[in-house]
Amino acid sequence: MGSVQAVGGVVLSAVGSVGRAGYMAVGAARAVRKGSIWGPHLLGQMARIGVDSLPIALFISAFTGIVLALQASYTFTGAIPLYFVGSLVGKTMILELGPVLTGLALAGRVGANIAAEIGTMKVTEQVDALETLAYDPNAYLIVPRVIAGAVMFPAVVLLASALGVVAGWATAQILLDMSSQAFLKGLRLFFESWDVWFAVIKSVTFGVTVTSVGCFFGLHTSGGAQGVGRSTTQSVVVSSMIILVLDAFWAAVLL
Amino acid sequence: MSVRLHDIHKAFGNKDVLTGFSIEVHEGETVSIIGASGAGKSVALKHIVGLIRPDRGEVWVDGENVGRLSQEELFALRRDVGYVFQFAALFDSMTIGENVGMGLRRIPDMSSRAIADRVGECLSLVDLEGFESRYPAEISGGQRKRVGLARAIATKPKYLLYDEPTTGLDPVTTAVIGALIARMRKELGVTGIVITHDMGSAFQISDRIAMLYDGSVRMEGTPEEVRSTDDPVVRGFVEGRPDLLEDVS
Repeated sequence: MGSVQAVGGVVLSAVGSVGRAGYMAVGAARAVRKGSIWGPHLLGQMARIGVDSLPIALFISAFTGIVLALQASYTFTGAIPLYFVGSLVGKTMILELGPVLTGLALAGRVGANIAAEIGTMKVTEQVDALETLAYDPNAYLIVPRVIAGAVMFPAVVLLASALGVVAGWATAQILLDMSSQAFLKGLRLFFESWDVWFAVIKSVTFGVTVTSVGCFFGLHTSGGAQGVGRSTTQSVVVSSMIILVLDAFWAAVLL
Repeated sequence: MSVRLHDIHKAFGNKDVLTGFSIEVHEGETVSIIGASGAGKSVALKHIVGLIRPDRGEVWVDGENVGRLSQEELFALRRDVGYVFQFAALFDSMTIGENVGMGLRRIPDMSSRAIADRVGECLSLVDLEGFESRYPAEISGGQRKRVGLARAIATKPKYLLYDEPTTGLDPVTTAVIGALIARMRKELGVTGIVITHDMGSAFQISDRIAMLYDGSVRMEGTPEEVRSTDDPVVRGFVEGRPDLLEDVS
């Protein structure tokens, strides 16, 4: 009986969360027309979400590019021509590792930041204060962050993917004794411009996911500092899981 | 113009907080709601501006049923209501000037110059001239409460709701805040509802006092009536005598 109650409780809680998320999504969609509230904050959010995330995203992608080149060379040696190193680095960085690793890193950096900031505002009644001052919290807090995420995630992902490829090329030059021509030959062999669009589409959905999940958990924070910590953790875990599900979904639908 | 809460019921999970709470506040009056911690005073206050919706009952402000207002109508109503939060609820990332000017920026066609002038005016009303460029973290708790009050009055509201404006303050700052509340009523003619534990302030600033007990109003009357009541629950609270409350339970 106890386990049935526990399962029932979990199901009810999950249904409640989906309902609250839907309610928030409708509220945020309606708030898009209140440009006078969110407009002034958009550039600031784009800087915080995008520009400030560049160092960690570029750091991760540079080392990923290096490792990809070394592991590809290790795997291909003696069996496959080495210029395929360029193919593997390019294809993998653009289609998969650039978007997903950047998305996961930003789920930690951006999602946690948003959940903690809005969660603190919630438990200190700043969100209530916004409402009493006639500001729609959806327009003030959610809309600029989600739009900034949708715009800046693809930009960060493209830069990170490009750096990953450059790092792979440099590794091939310095450590694998490959010529630039060989690396570029492999890179061009399987490159399609659709791959870039695929990365952009994926990263737009990752940006919307990370920012809206952060806003959701932030706005549903209760219980002081411990509640803020809980919301922050939940935001990162849930965003990361959704990113991986979306990654598989887009691969199945678009490729 | 009045505020009327009628038969409000509100529960959070299994906990019934308000169970038939009713009160009416008339134009120009200052009414204090007293009661023990956790009695539901702040919950009652948040119903007035629609921050919390009742499970049952009606809230009327200025002849409008708050529960039936659209979001836009609710925001319009909130422009007439200033809310002073218990811990000020100042926006940490903004300066004091920006905090006080928040509500003013929602008023169409109000110029930056006019906003700055009004911010200065409100800060001087709470004796904080020249604090515009400081941040909330740089000022004391009492000053934060006064900034919260300045922010609430900036839009010249018809109603001011104070959630424990003197809790945690020293006696001198408590007296200053009490005097400010009295001044708001005298100079601006606002209708006030004050949630407080501080009986000294309640007797000083109130036209009427209502005690919230067990989810509803236990007693409502003038300060004199509250002082002279025989009700052991009210006396126990007002005189700080838990022995009287034990006799009731």
